Amino acid sequence: MLQLRGIGKSYGGRRVLDDVSFDVRPGRLTGFVGGNGAGKTTTMRIVLGVLAGDAGTVTLDGAEVTASDRRRFGYMPEERGLYPKMKVHEHITYLARLHGFSKTDASTRAQALLERLGLGERLNDNVETLSLGNQQRAQIAAALVHDPQVLILDEPFSGLDPLAVDVVAGVLQERAAAGAAVLFSSHQLDVVERLCDDLVIIAGGTIRAAGARDTLRAQHSTRRFELVSAGDAGWLRTEPGVEVLDFDGGYAVFDADSDETAQRVLRRAVAQGDVASFAPQHPSLAQIFKEVIQ
Amino acid sequence: MSTTDTRRGGRTLGAGQAIWLVAEREIGSKLRSKAFVISTAILFIGALAIVIWGGFQAANNTGTPVAVTADAQQYVAQAQGLDVTDVADRAAAEALVKDGEVDAAVVGDTSSPLGFAVIAESSAPTQLLLQLAQVPPVELLAPEEGNAALGYIAAIGFGIVFLLAASLFGGTIAQSVVEEKQTRVVELLISAIPVRSLLAGKVIGNTVLAMGQILILAAIAIIGLTVTDQTALLQGLGAPIAWFAIFFLFGFILLASLFAAAASMVSRQEDIGSTTMPLTMLVMAPYFLVIFFNDNPLVLAIMSYVPFSAPVGMPMRIFLGQAQWWEPLLSIAILIATCVAAILVAARIYENSLLRMGGRVKLSEALAG
Repeated sequence: MLQLRGIGKSYGGRRVLDDVSFDVRPGRLTGFVGGNGAGKTTTMRIVLGVLAGDAGTVTLDGAEVTASDRRRFGYMPEERGLYPKMKVHEHITYLARLHGFSKTDASTRAQALLERLGLGERLNDNVETLSLGNQQRAQIAAALVHDPQVLILDEPFSGLDPLAVDVVAGVLQERAAAGAAVLFSSHQLDVVERLCDDLVIIAGGTIRAAGARDTLRAQHSTRRFELVSAGDAGWLRTEPGVEVLDFDGGYAVFDADSDETAQRVLRRAVAQGDVASFAPQHPSLAQIFKEVIQ
Repeated sequence: MSTTDTRRGGRTLGAGQAIWLVAEREIGSKLRSKAFVISTAILFIGALAIVIWGGFQAANNTGTPVAVTADAQQYVAQAQGLDVTDVADRAAAEALVKDGEVDAAVVGDTSSPLGFAVIAESSAPTQLLLQLAQVPPVELLAPEEGNAALGYIAAIGFGIVFLLAASLFGGTIAQSVVEEKQTRVVELLISAIPVRSLLAGKVIGNTVLAMGQILILAAIAIIGLTVTDQTALLQGLGAPIAWFAIFFLFGFILLASLFAAAASMVSRQEDIGSTTMPLTMLVMAPYFLVIFFNDNPLVLAIMSYVPFSAPVGMPMRIFLGQAQWWEPLLSIAILIATCVAAILVAARIYENSLLRMGGRVKLSEALAG
């Protein structure tokens, strides 16, 4: 497990990270979300050792992360870049060799990964001739080719079309399933919501929420329910402990003050007529995000 | 994925392997660059053309006109390319030299250890001296400084080859450092290998290329001179060229590390000039100094010990016969020591500047870290 504890960083007196602590667990995808300038990239760079923090520690399985540990990390930097005049397959092979794979091993790995990412047709094209989306895929290949045990990806989905997002998401899930700890940042909250197991929310250089996605959802759930019934649900307005938010004939969205109230409403609804649906409404990641960063 | 390898995240390469991988990529990408291949081809063709042109000149030449007295005949018997005029005695020979009828005279001279001497107007014809098995004392009737003509050509030769190669490859290494920084590929590279391995690989890769060019140029010169039957010139230039190659190797490593360090301080190709300018001056200085002062032994002596100009200065002095046998050894020792110091400083600047994007990194910050 990768653990960050009390990371701090200032640039010329301006504090950009303050006591940043969270875990990235192996076998899981951890989404890292925050607004522009919240400190995501700085945090990731400190984890990678590309930047030195002013305070705090980064540990892997309990021991401080060393330079040789970091060589086994996979990294996708915020600013994308590969050698423009190198062929895609050759480039990824080169990076794999820098990570210690033999020439043939590196070549096999690079080819398999690029094909998996949908670049099988472009192996011998120069990087600069690829579209931005395809360069992005090549960049992901660069981060993954040495099968890292820790993956740090800065905005891996930006600039990808929906199909490419699915391909990349699939690859990341495979890596997590194989035991890698994956941390990725994204502005696309819907993608993060769909994909991640754990969630870290950062704003203004401090961690506002961190933990399993479902736990966070439950914590921020407000006992909001949606009712779809055959009869008129107008009676809800007079029900004690209920606040109706949306109402249209048999459809209603309401907040209940307790679980008992919700159950009482359900029983009454069934008594009034057929109930097509009665379900708690979990807050979306976007809602949680807005709530915690305030 | 691959079933042949179950390692997670690869393994840390040995420094040597990492350096060689980087060097190999530098060399490969350069050899595939059209601009590089074409400019190198032009350089080689140019060198070949000069050698062949020289050969035609030599062939067309009926020979250096020389007056020879009877008692000196034996010394020029083996020499080629001479247009010999037999004269009765030394006075007659001197008269012909003064009239300009001949370029020089070879006369018997009992005061000379070799038993003969050369008399010339203002400078001894190099063609003649190179042809003689042993160099005799030269008596000048109207002396001027130095051995002007061929010395000047050699000065330009060494000066220009050093200037071209050092600025070409210095510029190349600077560009490639900034390219990595500008495209941010450097973040990926140094997450895989140590910064110093990256620097070393780049310097070595470019040194191999530069040395390759120099060695091929030397080969063209030597083979060309042999084939076109200019062996006399070759004998005079052989040792200086060999020393030039050795000095060039270390001089180039010195400059290449400094160019890499200077380039790492900026983030955009457009800004390279702002930090590499002082180095460009250092590269150009030996060229101008050797051209203006190739007949000034003091300036050449100083040049031959200053690390940045030694690759030009020392071969020049060896060519002119001004250097003692131990002098190139001392000078190369100074050069190597400077080289080591420069590599350490350069590595520090490189490490501290490589990830600082945006504006130009101040030298004091780059050194302090």
